[in-house]
Amino acid sequence: MKTGNVATIAPTPDNPTTSRSRRSHRPGRSGRDAWFLLLPALLPILVFNVYPLLRGIYLGFTDARAGLNQDIHFTGLENYSDLLSNDLFWSSFRIGLIWAFGVTFLQFVAALGLALLLNENLRLRWLARTLSLVPWAMPPVVVAIVWRLVYDPNSGPISGLSQTLGFGQLNLLGDFSTALPAVIVVGVWVGMPQTTITLLAGLQGVDGTLHEAAAVDGAGSWRRFLHITLPELRTVIVAITSLNFIWNMNSFDLIYVLTNGGPGGRTMLPTLFAYNEGFRYGHFGVAAAMGNVLVVIICGILLFYLRSRLKGADK
Amino acid sequence: MSLQRPSTAVRTGQYVALLGYVVFLGFPLIWLLSTALKSTKEIALGSIRLIPDAPTLDNFSAAVAKANLWQAGFNSLVVAVATTVLTVVIALPAAYGLARYRTILRPITLGWVLVSQMFPTILVIIPLFMILKTLHLLDQLPGLVVVYVVYVLPFCLWMLFGFVQTVPPDIEEAAAIDGAGRIRTLVSIVLPLLRPGIVATALFAFISSWNEFMFALVLIQTPDKVTLPLTLSRFVGAEGQVQLGPLAAAALLATIPSLVFFALIQRRLSGGLLSGAVKG
Repeated sequence: MKTGNVATIAPTPDNPTTSRSRRSHRPGRSGRDAWFLLLPALLPILVFNVYPLLRGIYLGFTDARAGLNQDIHFTGLENYSDLLSNDLFWSSFRIGLIWAFGVTFLQFVAALGLALLLNENLRLRWLARTLSLVPWAMPPVVVAIVWRLVYDPNSGPISGLSQTLGFGQLNLLGDFSTALPAVIVVGVWVGMPQTTITLLAGLQGVDGTLHEAAAVDGAGSWRRFLHITLPELRTVIVAITSLNFIWNMNSFDLIYVLTNGGPGGRTMLPTLFAYNEGFRYGHFGVAAAMGNVLVVIICGILLFYLRSRLKGADK
Repeated sequence: MSLQRPSTAVRTGQYVALLGYVVFLGFPLIWLLSTALKSTKEIALGSIRLIPDAPTLDNFSAAVAKANLWQAGFNSLVVAVATTVLTVVIALPAAYGLARYRTILRPITLGWVLVSQMFPTILVIIPLFMILKTLHLLDQLPGLVVVYVVYVLPFCLWMLFGFVQTVPPDIEEAAAIDGAGRIRTLVSIVLPLLRPGIVATALFAFISSWNEFMFALVLIQTPDKVTLPLTLSRFVGAEGQVQLGPLAAAALLATIPSLVFFALIQRRLSGGLLSGAVKG
């Protein structure tokens, strides 16, 4: 579930925490109460979240299959060597990385541009702001449907425009060369709201006096952007781009409904590949192995994220 | 932050860019509305006009007439409401416990909230499929509710935890000194203060489960148990003869609940972000 979609919205409980809770930890309130209060939440999380996750990681090293009463044998790295010699696996990872990097990068650039505009005193910015929030609330399946209508070769506006101009019908989602760029555009569209709002919040936190001082020293707006705005936004940028990358790497619904991996596997993201392995062919072990590979890649990204955060804090 | 007034050229450029964004973000939505209101004939002709020649509600009645849509909408509603109620009931005491007691559970639980974001659903969904099968909850709406509760729970805990922390413990102490018992303090002092947080959390849980697709795809098979996103995706999946008009109408109808609820929490979302993201 894409709970991650809204992961940055909660009021962040940080600094006041420690002092306050130390005070509240006084005699008469034992830790046992806390366990009692938390148990109804922790128990289901353990049974239906932690355990399946650990089990899923383990299944990646087995020959598990769909079906009743199948014996599961530990097979070590066999799934991985099978995957490595599978061309479809490599192509799905190549596509997955192009998709995730492409969407994350374009999301960031487009969202930064919009955030900068929304931070200015422009008329009609309420409209852009409202519009930018709508894709956030829409079910991913509906977003996919909306864009299938827009890309439709027979009645869609893009193909229609192309026909009016004499270029003939355009089947953006059905054409080998345009399918991936076309779905990337949809990915950018759906992910922009969150990124924009996050960056806008960051922009509004930039100290205005810095800009004034730099302006007095004769720095133009472009130089102020490069030397003040960007460095000040650094933490926010690292956070939102890393999260976006993780969510994009794990995305499934959108592409499943838009193209289902087609045409000819040109949009077959790793998650779709794994889904097909698991639930179309019944190769649970292989699908889980694929999930493990994704986790390793995502952890790599997380390391990058933490390291750049730490470096930022050093300064 | 306007230091000097930007030149007219800069302002013009900014408005052009803003217009570009408005078109990019808004056009697909308007096209959806436009398609939903067009007649089958007009869609077939491939008219690229935004405003339909003869607006009609036929597509909506055609969409609703698809027997599955009502059933699926009802299923979605039941699942989303059940998920929301259960989540709030479970998360509220837990968040209170997390915020008010400093035990080892706090770093573990909050850490898990972050870690759980990183894992692809595909890894969890296979064992979950097997577990639900053993529990005879596979292809059952209650099974789907259990899964949804567990998957919105970490984030709802995180949200509510933040809200509980904004309620100073001093208030509770003062009430205790005035002679209010624990339960009374919680119900008549803490709970009212948490109401905005509870509403936001509940709406989040509702939107998440209303919109969810992948779990439903894997865990539900029987046609009369499908949820709205599933039905919509099958609408599309019937290759060849996709009726775009009814499809657009159905998609529009399916979006309304989450859009309305999102509008309700929108202000809170951006407000929360402000307090969160800026501190970084």
